[in-house]
Amino acid sequence: MIGVVSYLAFFLTMAGILAIAVLGLNLQWGNTGLFNGGVVAFFGAGAYGLMILGGRPEAGQFGGFQLPFPVALAGGVLLAALIAWAVGILTLRLRHDYLAIATFGVAVAFESVTRNAEWLTGGAKGLRGFHRPLEAAIGDPFLFSLAFLAMVLAFLAAVYLGLERLVRSPYGRLLRAIREDETAARSLGKNPARLRLAAFVLGSAVMGLAGGLYASFYAFISPQDMAPILTFQIWAMLIVGGAGNNRGAILGAVLIWAAWTGSGFLLARHAPAEFQLYTGTIQYIMIGLVIVGMLMWRPQGLLPERLAISQTGGEAARRSASRDLTGRETE
Amino acid sequence: MIQNLLDGVLTGAIVSLGAIGLTMAMHMLRFANFSYAELMAIGAYVALVFDRLFEALIPAARAAIGPLSLNWALAAALVVAMAATGLSAVAIDRLVFRRIRQRAGPLSMVFASFGVALILRNLITLIFGLKAQLYSQEIAFAVILSRDPLILIKPDQVFVLAAALALMLIFHLVLTRTTFGFALRAVAENPALAQVAGVRLSAMVAAVWMIGGALSAAAGVFYALTNHLAPTMGHNFLLPVFAATIVGGIGSVHGAVLGGFIVGIASGLALQIMPSGYVPAMPFLIILAVLLLRPHGLFGEEQA
Repeated sequence: MIGVVSYLAFFLTMAGILAIAVLGLNLQWGNTGLFNGGVVAFFGAGAYGLMILGGRPEAGQFGGFQLPFPVALAGGVLLAALIAWAVGILTLRLRHDYLAIATFGVAVAFESVTRNAEWLTGGAKGLRGFHRPLEAAIGDPFLFSLAFLAMVLAFLAAVYLGLERLVRSPYGRLLRAIREDETAARSLGKNPARLRLAAFVLGSAVMGLAGGLYASFYAFISPQDMAPILTFQIWAMLIVGGAGNNRGAILGAVLIWAAWTGSGFLLARHAPAEFQLYTGTIQYIMIGLVIVGMLMWRPQGLLPERLAISQTGGEAARRSASRDLTGRETE
Repeated sequence: MIQNLLDGVLTGAIVSLGAIGLTMAMHMLRFANFSYAELMAIGAYVALVFDRLFEALIPAARAAIGPLSLNWALAAALVVAMAATGLSAVAIDRLVFRRIRQRAGPLSMVFASFGVALILRNLITLIFGLKAQLYSQEIAFAVILSRDPLILIKPDQVFVLAAALALMLIFHLVLTRTTFGFALRAVAENPALAQVAGVRLSAMVAAVWMIGGALSAAAGVFYALTNHLAPTMGHNFLLPVFAATIVGGIGSVHGAVLGGFIVGIASGLALQIMPSGYVPAMPFLIILAVLLLRPHGLFGEEQA
């Protein structure tokens, strides 16, 4: 019984951490229409930032300052935000797909730093050793795992409520206005580039928060944790749940994480021995099929974006509600 | 130093071939196609299959051409691979991208191309295995050009460079001297106006995929001939090919060629100053530099 509960706690902790990252992506893609092709780099910035600031010192290794958990976590979030700011300021003025290419480049560059800069990131062996908050005070590992789950869920709730407020505020309306029609927003005296940058940085900071929680959960981080597939998983979670809908983002995270762990379990158990090496490959194809399939047949996701309808705009709103979420312009 | 430069020129030729089709497709269809570099991997593996097939059917084709490790079977397989990859590029467009294009914006296409790349790459892994492979097990001996500094060149590398330049020249002539080339450029410039002038848009889109697929397949085979085949080769070329299109300016074929050589040579020379593990990030640094200094590339036009 305790085995089932502790597995469930592990499952929900991971799903909760990933859901936070999906919420960050939703602010970028769902609400603002920004394509982030390097989610893993911002998630990783939070994770490595936390481990460098809060990890234990080791010979020949920069970092290991053993800062308290909240400070280390905040440092990781800040690092993710800084990277996002630098990339955003260069690309957000340009053609929309430049951001996609540049963020993909960030992920490649980030991966080569994590694999090679041993003095900073520990290289392939990664960084280990982190005093998890309250671990010593609670003592019992089972109780601690429940407490950690509670903390993750509290962070998730805080991010969800914060983003819900943000999206419903005039600021959120502005983000959607820019997504739908940039020229119109500009003609009203709004500055799309600055708003996009703010949304991009904020979304990346939320991904950094998820990464920081992930690293503190395992008290270990290595380039293996930061594989490019993470970007695809988080994208699949958002598109399945419904871009533009924060509840959908959380639902998608739980569903895809369940499908991922479930398929991994089944393949490990039932796939023939010579196929074991390729279980990851099969799972990757499934993630790819989910992304392409959703885009082709149900781009609005399971929970479509709820459109805020103004009272005088009934007719227009009905029309736009019948349209796909992503159906901006057709060629 | 000179060795790195030569290797860089060779990589540059391969990147250029890959970038030509990407820049055209990005300009005409107005989306960054992240599955594009997978066409290189498809081409290389299709060539592997037909190379083995031709060798088995026609033993005489196993004879190597001159000093090259390339034999007649692989030369024929290259042609088949170019056609097959072009056709599969058209098929992927019909199957996925055209449907999404009809109902959603360009960013959904970018998104879908990520998914398509993931599917293609892992299907190749599933079919051919994770292990790196070679067309020919025979050792290709390098010719020593100079002993101090040591400069080595394989005959294969010379062939690849010459063949890549020849393909680019042919495509340049098609683009500038034929009616078809004019139609292609017209569609890239202004699709609506080109249609008014009687150019069939869907035919031109198919042509761009066909040409892009064929050139990418050649690039993939050339890379595999001078290095090896691996399912990750498309993924590894993605960033260099994008960097080449951005350096050259999106939509400019000549820019893409020049950009490819710049990216290749810069990555080769980067080995002088940084450990080889960082070289994959080099195209990213080039992209950042271009975005800072000349956001629309060397030959690109401003376009929102």
